[in-house]
Amino acid sequence: MVTRIKAFSLGLVALLALSLSHSLPGQADDRFITVASTTSTQNSGLFEFMLPVFTKETGIEVRVVAVGTGQAIKLARNGDADVLFVHHKPSEEAFVADGFGIERFDVMYNDFVVVGPSEDPAGIKGSDGIAAALKKIADSKTPFASRGDDSGTDKREKSLWKLANIEAGGEWYRETGSGMGATLNTAHGMGAYALTDRATWLAYKNKDGFEIVFEGDKNLFNQYGIIAVSPEKFSHIKIDDAQAFVDWVISKEGQAVIADYKLNGTQLFFPNAPAQGS
Amino acid sequence: MDANESAFFLAINLVLSGDYQLYGIVALSLKVSLLATLIATCLGLPLAALLAIARFPGRDMISTVLNALLGLPPVVVGLFVYLALSRAGPLGELGLLFTPTAMVIAQTILITPIVAAVALRSLEDFNSEYTEQLRAIGLTGFERAQTLLWEARFSLATAVLAGFGRAVAEVGAVMIVGGNIANVTRVMTTAIALETSKGDLALALALGIILIMLALAVNMFAAAAREIGRKAAGEAPARGEA
Repeated sequence: MVTRIKAFSLGLVALLALSLSHSLPGQADDRFITVASTTSTQNSGLFEFMLPVFTKETGIEVRVVAVGTGQAIKLARNGDADVLFVHHKPSEEAFVADGFGIERFDVMYNDFVVVGPSEDPAGIKGSDGIAAALKKIADSKTPFASRGDDSGTDKREKSLWKLANIEAGGEWYRETGSGMGATLNTAHGMGAYALTDRATWLAYKNKDGFEIVFEGDKNLFNQYGIIAVSPEKFSHIKIDDAQAFVDWVISKEGQAVIADYKLNGTQLFFPNAPAQGS
Repeated sequence: MDANESAFFLAINLVLSGDYQLYGIVALSLKVSLLATLIATCLGLPLAALLAIARFPGRDMISTVLNALLGLPPVVVGLFVYLALSRAGPLGELGLLFTPTAMVIAQTILITPIVAAVALRSLEDFNSEYTEQLRAIGLTGFERAQTLLWEARFSLATAVLAGFGRAVAEVGAVMIVGGNIANVTRVMTTAIALETSKGDLALALALGIILIMLALAVNMFAAAAREIGRKAAGEAPARGEA
C-alpha cells in the first residue's frame, strides 16, 4: 500500500511538472505591449475595432488592461504597462511631469452626458448648463450614483460638483465604488442619475426606461490622451514597440480608424491628435 | 425579466456556435483552475496529513489559521499577488503580471487552505479511528500519514473538488493579477464581469450558465472516477462523504 501511495504521489508530481512546463503560454517569444486604459475605450468596442489593424500592420500584439483612469495611472507608475491611454488631462500631465511618461498627445474626444430615468424626476432636461442641472438634483435630493473610484469620469464628476458649488453628500448621493458599467447598472436599479461618457452609454445595453437627460455643456468635454511610459524608470518597458503604437494612434491612419468606428451608425470618438509632420 | 429567458437560449447558442471565443475562454478557465487545484493538492494534502498525525506546539494554532484562511477574500489575495508580481514589487523581474501563471499563483494561494482544511477534517476522523491500530503494527509517523492519505483517498476527493470549485468560480483575484486581457487572461468569470459592466445581462447570464455546466461536468467526472476507483478497491462507500 505504501508503494501504491508512492506511485500515486509520484504520478501527481509528474503531472504537475508536465502541466507547468507545458500548458501556460510563454511570454518570451510573443511580441506584445501592455496598454493600461480605461473601461470606456474597451466597453465601447473601440479597441476590438482598432487594435487588429495596428497588429496586422506591425506584428505587435496589444494587450489592454482596462480599468479606471486612476488605477491605470497607478499600474503605469508601477511599470506594469508600456503605454497609458486614459482621459484625465491633469493626471496625465502630472504623470509626464513626474518623469514616468515621455510625452502626452491628445488622441480623441467625445463628451460626458448625464443619464437618468426618462421621466426626469429632478426636471434637469433643458437646464441652463451642467451646474444648474446638478443643482436641481442636489436641491430635490434625487438619487445620484457616483463612481467614487478615482476614475477619469469620477474626477470629472467631482470637479463638476465643485463648479456648481455643491458639497455633494448625504443620503441621495451614492458612491458605488465601481466601474462605469456597474455604476450604470446600479443607477438603473435605483432610478438615480449618473454621469457617464457618451461612448459607454451608447454601447451599454441595459437602458430600459433610461435616457440622456442632460448634455452639451462645454464642461462636459472629454479628452483622451496617450503616453508612452518612460524606460528611464523601468528598463523592461518595450519603448520601441510602445512608441510605434503611440505614433500609429496619432498618425493620419490611426486617427482615420478611430473616426471610422461606429456603433449603430453613431461615431463614438472624434480624433483630434495634433497634425503630425509627414 | 427577459434577460432570464433569453439567457438560456443564448447559452445554448453560444456553446453550439463557439462564438465569443467561448472555447478559448473555457479552456483557459479550466487550465488555470485545474493547475491551481493540482498544486494546491500537492501542498494541501501533505499538510493536512501532517496536522492530523503530528502533535507539536502550535499545531492547533496552524489548524485555526487554516480554518480562518477559508474566509480569505479573493480580492485581498489578488492584491497581495499583484504587489508581489508588479514591476515595482519584489518579483517584478519575472514579468509574470497579467499572465495566466499569475492567475494560477493567486488561485493556488486562495485554495490551498481550502483543500488542506477540508482534508484535515476527513483525516482526523480516520485518524481517531485507526491511530491505535497503526501504532500497534509499528508504523512511523510518516508511514501513518501515508496510510491515512491512502485510506481516506475517496473522501479527500471532496477536498480537492471544493478547492477546484472555489478556483473556477473566483473573479476578484484573477481580475487583478490577470487583467482580463482578451485572448490572453480572460476567463469565464472575468468575461461575465465584463459583460455585466456592458449592461449585456443576458450574455453575462448565459456565460454564467455555461460556467455552472462546466463545474457540474467536472464534478460528475470526478464522482464517476471515484465510483470506479471504489469498486476496483472493493470497498463499501467511505464515511464523511458529501
